[in-house]
Amino acid sequence: MAIKLVRNQIKVKDFLQLKKNLKKDFSSLKTIKLAVLGDTATQFLTQALRGLGYDHGFNLEIWEADFNQIERQVYDLSSDLFEFKPDLVLIFQSSHKLLGKYNKLDPEKQTSLATDELDAIDTMYSNITNHLSAKIIYYNYTEIDDSIFGNYANKTEASFLFQLRKLNYELMVMASKKPNLYLCDLSTLQNQEGKRCVFQPSMYVSTEMVLSIDILPYVAEKSIDLIKAINGKIKKCVILDLDNTTWGGVIGDDGLENIQIGNLGIGKAFSEFQYWIKKLKNRGIIVAVCSKNTESIAKEPFEKHPDMVLRLTDISVFIANWENKVDNIRQIQSILNIGFDSMVFLDDNPFERNIVRENIPDICIPELPEDPANYLEYLYGLNLFETVSFSNEDAERTKLYQIEAERVKVQKKFTNEDDFLANLDMTSEIKPFNKFNRPRVAQLSQRTNQFNLRTIRYSEGDIERISKSKDYATFTFTLEDKFGDNGLICVIILHKEDKESLFIDTWFMSCRVLKRDMENFVLNTILDYAKENGFLYIKGEYIPTAKNAMVKDLYPDFGFKKNDPYYILEVKNAKIKTSHIKIKK
Amino acid sequence: MPKLKQAILKSRNRGMIREEMLKQINEIFIDTLDNEDIVVEESTKAEDVDDWDSLTHILLVVAIEKHFKISFKSNEIQNWNDVGEMMDCIQEKGI
Repeated sequence: MAIKLVRNQIKVKDFLQLKKNLKKDFSSLKTIKLAVLGDTATQFLTQALRGLGYDHGFNLEIWEADFNQIERQVYDLSSDLFEFKPDLVLIFQSSHKLLGKYNKLDPEKQTSLATDELDAIDTMYSNITNHLSAKIIYYNYTEIDDSIFGNYANKTEASFLFQLRKLNYELMVMASKKPNLYLCDLSTLQNQEGKRCVFQPSMYVSTEMVLSIDILPYVAEKSIDLIKAINGKIKKCVILDLDNTTWGGVIGDDGLENIQIGNLGIGKAFSEFQYWIKKLKNRGIIVAVCSKNTESIAKEPFEKHPDMVLRLTDISVFIANWENKVDNIRQIQSILNIGFDSMVFLDDNPFERNIVRENIPDICIPELPEDPANYLEYLYGLNLFETVSFSNEDAERTKLYQIEAERVKVQKKFTNEDDFLANLDMTSEIKPFNKFNRPRVAQLSQRTNQFNLRTIRYSEGDIERISKSKDYATFTFTLEDKFGDNGLICVIILHKEDKESLFIDTWFMSCRVLKRDMENFVLNTILDYAKENGFLYIKGEYIPTAKNAMVKDLYPDFGFKKNDPYYILEVKNAKIKTSHIKIKK
Repeated sequence: MPKLKQAILKSRNRGMIREEMLKQINEIFIDTLDNEDIVVEESTKAEDVDDWDSLTHILLVVAIEKHFKISFKSNEIQNWNDVGEMMDCIQEKGI
């Protein structure tokens, strides 16, 4: 194996270490039902997945199809697959079996291999998602060049390489259109680690296994990354050190002209690193700075250096002082109001890394290589920023947090909270789910952990299904004030259980808008809906998680009566709550 | 685990080499099958050891290859009847 990767602080375990995890106690972990379907032997893969799942807090309850039974399981609705009712279906059709199919084709049919496979995958997808509420993880194809055409394969549609690459590309197109199809990129993994490491011919010949023992933990990592993202465990923020992390040299000692960035010294390494951070920021990752420096000096390059890629407008929270980094990072956390486990801290100094790690164990702190030239390749390999959604609002996030910092300043001027809220001129637009807000609703569903009453995660596909059902009423809320627009920040799904009773299936809200009476406004909206449509009761439920204690008493505080495990509000006795938010027409 | 070659330098006869090799293979079995109780002899067959099946066999092969820095041919992997034959095969590779 080439380089051992370090994720959080733990090195990638070898297969035997993962296997030892299987004997541990999984009972307190989150259970996810995973079906594994492969056209080669997958026993070791499932062991690696379950073993690694343990390290990431998952009890993967795995049902594994018998070897090479994919079609039978997927097309027979009475099969074990459908009986198992998985949350996730992992399909691994190997390049070797694909090559086997290609080898048997008449030459005139070779050009349609990719299309035929895509049709088959499409049909499998439909059959699974039509009959199960499961998401599908599909392994893309590792490259094999059978060297029949040499380089000319690239000019020859009938070559295996041409068909394989076409298939990988078309799979991406398909996944971009199918909300419940996620590709796990084995091809990239093979590019990073090399085919010699991924595939061991002697093992393949004697066992039908196409993944080497050494690569299994990496394949499991790549898969678990996806499973974590599907379950809302994602990184939202990167905190940067400055000297020798963001630029070369020490700004306080070397001065503005002498820090290495752009063409100076090894500046290229830092420029490219900054472009990477900028792209993350554009994707919606919050960028914060935590540096031991005098603030004015630390900001100077961002304001004045012509070669800096990152500017102050890219940074949501900028903290430069001589206090310790643990306290500073805690302060960043309290401003952003996101969990430490969703933050990444990049610092070239092992001493700082260790101090932060010891005090804030949840934060992810990569062991940056000593040579800055290696930063990017190393960070690429870690795959820290896995996600299962991307919407336009992501790009706006930096601005939102900067606005929030402004609001905090103004709030300090008002001694009375009510006056402050009245002064904000808040308005909210209420809309049902539609094709424009679906991606954002799904995204919030994945990533809202604190103000989330039941924490049921819905994908875009689920949201679409719910929005088309007559059994549900859906609401999205925006919040705008005189400082700016927060965008879509709250979602309600009401399930019409019967003519009398409305169940609050889903209520989650971005923590950006806490303490603005938003929850009162939302409850009033629900009440209005219930009255207009003749419902007598509103039923709520609180399902505790590690993170949602803040809404533990939401329903009792609103006057709901406990009726274990639910809370019931009688519509005729309910009072309208005060709120400074007006409905935006 | 001491490296076999060092042990071989210390040992003067073939019997001792086999003995040292068996000791190291025993360690690999314990580690790979995660079972401290395993004691293998040259005459030990797969059915004599708990969990030594066609799947874990692959893990044992990979671990032995890594340990002795050798690689087996695919038809060798399937043809051993007992631990002794596996050791013959390792020795044929110049260990």
